[in-house]
Amino acid sequence: MKILVTVKRVPDPEQKIKLKGTEVDLSSANWQLNQFDEYSVEAALRLTENASAGNARDGEVTVVSIGPKEVAQQLRSALAMGADKGILVDGSDDKLDAEVVARTLQKIVERDKPDLVLLGKLAADNESNDVGQRLAGYLGWPQATFACTLEVADGGKSLKVGREVDAGVELKQVTLPAVVTVDLRIVSAHAVKNGKTAADHAYAEGARYASLKGIMAAKKKPIDETTMAALGVTATPMVKLVSVEAPPARKAGIKVASVEELVQKLHNEAKVI
Amino acid sequence: MGNVLIVVENTDGHVRTASQHAVTFGKKMAELHGGKLNLLVIGTGVDSAATEAAKLGAAEVIVADAPELANGLAETWAAVIAQAAKETSATVVAATATATGKDVLPRVAALLGCGMVSDVVAITAANRFRRPVLYGAVLAEVEVVTPTLVASIRQTEFPAAALDQAPCAIRKLALTGLDTKGAKFISLSAQKSDRPDLTEAKIVVSGGRGMKEGKNFEQVAAIADLLGGAMGASRAACDAGMVPNDLQVGQTGKVVAPKLYIAIAISGAIQHLAGMKGSKVIVAINKDPEAPIFQVADYGLVDTWEKSLPLLASEIKKLKEASR
Repeated sequence: MKILVTVKRVPDPEQKIKLKGTEVDLSSANWQLNQFDEYSVEAALRLTENASAGNARDGEVTVVSIGPKEVAQQLRSALAMGADKGILVDGSDDKLDAEVVARTLQKIVERDKPDLVLLGKLAADNESNDVGQRLAGYLGWPQATFACTLEVADGGKSLKVGREVDAGVELKQVTLPAVVTVDLRIVSAHAVKNGKTAADHAYAEGARYASLKGIMAAKKKPIDETTMAALGVTATPMVKLVSVEAPPARKAGIKVASVEELVQKLHNEAKVI
Repeated sequence: MGNVLIVVENTDGHVRTASQHAVTFGKKMAELHGGKLNLLVIGTGVDSAATEAAKLGAAEVIVADAPELANGLAETWAAVIAQAAKETSATVVAATATATGKDVLPRVAALLGCGMVSDVVAITAANRFRRPVLYGAVLAEVEVVTPTLVASIRQTEFPAAALDQAPCAIRKLALTGLDTKGAKFISLSAQKSDRPDLTEAKIVVSGGRGMKEGKNFEQVAAIADLLGGAMGASRAACDAGMVPNDLQVGQTGKVVAPKLYIAIAISGAIQHLAGMKGSKVIVAINKDPEAPIFQVADYGLVDTWEKSLPLLASEIKKLKEASR
């Protein structure tokens, strides 16, 4: 199986966000791999290896990022985890929206013809949760969003995808090629079944750490640096950022000394029970 | 100027409550765009839901009814929504940001070749909206520059439109060549619960990682039941497998804004706060006085859940008996 995985760098969520006028000040941001993307890399690796035979590779995982030269660092992290090669499309965040990103990915998909495009369900910075679905629409491919389980079916011709929906977990089958976006539980022990790794194999929870060997190997793996112009992308943003502001802060509350006091306050003061 | 098309989800023959919030958004957008508000009900066997939707105060309810439209399949739904948008000259297509809305709408935007705004919390102009970004720490104002726009609506920020208007006309959409694109719904495994829906409940009682294990959530559930509320959980508790993931409140789970939110043994990671800080009154019970949850809590109690929950249950019972 040939998989294209998208990765994006986002500011560390633990770091306090600074505003500069009506813009977010990212000058001192600690950039890291978007967690959902890290999990897509993990899911892609689980789909393309035999974990019952020393993680023997069986397939190809390409990681792609659109951003400044520095995102090579996030691509190398994914390569160190085990992805096979990278694509870095030059671009700056202020000129990107879901439209430009989806059109860029569409060009890469049409050129490289992967069987599956795996994306995180959202990027933790803009939280739009829309690139995968937009891409699927442009490609005319089936889509399965918010995946928490993946199982290769029909001898590799389709995927059965468990999806996190409002009421519980939906099971949806999509023929390949398809677009899948992953949710957090995709990295649980038995979330991915590829028909090669023993069905009862239990992975360690979470995304794998890069081994020293993996980090060394990643340095030699190819990263294809390209541009939107070279890919033939002509799209322009359809949504523009006007300004940003801090949301209204909640005013500090009080500490109560006992459960009795709490219940009395909720009843007599807040009048909510 | 154009019309507004709101996708109204249905469940068990009724309009899904979550969708009623998007109708309110639709009414405001119809004023701003100088057009009519139309509603679209999609599925299989949706006549009774359409009849109910006709009472939401729209100009017209459009019905797309076909076997291929069962179970919210994004591939066919997106095609039908795009078709209805074109036929009704819609310049705004929107729905509530439910799992279905979030799944389908970006695909609709692709088919219509237009811009989309996710998780709208406020309208600032006909094509400008506010939405939270960066873990809810920042509110962004964005502008859609295409003539048509697609939007998903955060239901906590728009009141639900009532089902009390004189019924409007209902029209069937003529459907041809619905293509599932090789996608197939297999099953839904849902947790049955008698508690109110998490996103609709007036009171939400949530537990966090500090609850230690799944069976301890029975005590959280007991408080929720005493108050007639819903039970929620933090991502950490869901990730640890203590409770099903559909109870997750936060940036990656559900966004809630009840009149009372009680956070038990939840530290208050930024991604949890993003999902509940719109609540009217917030109560935090946590043994760590430095827990960030106390910074957003109106009432904080520094105590363990082991000690406080049985007491809380008995105090609420006393209160209920006294007011009987």
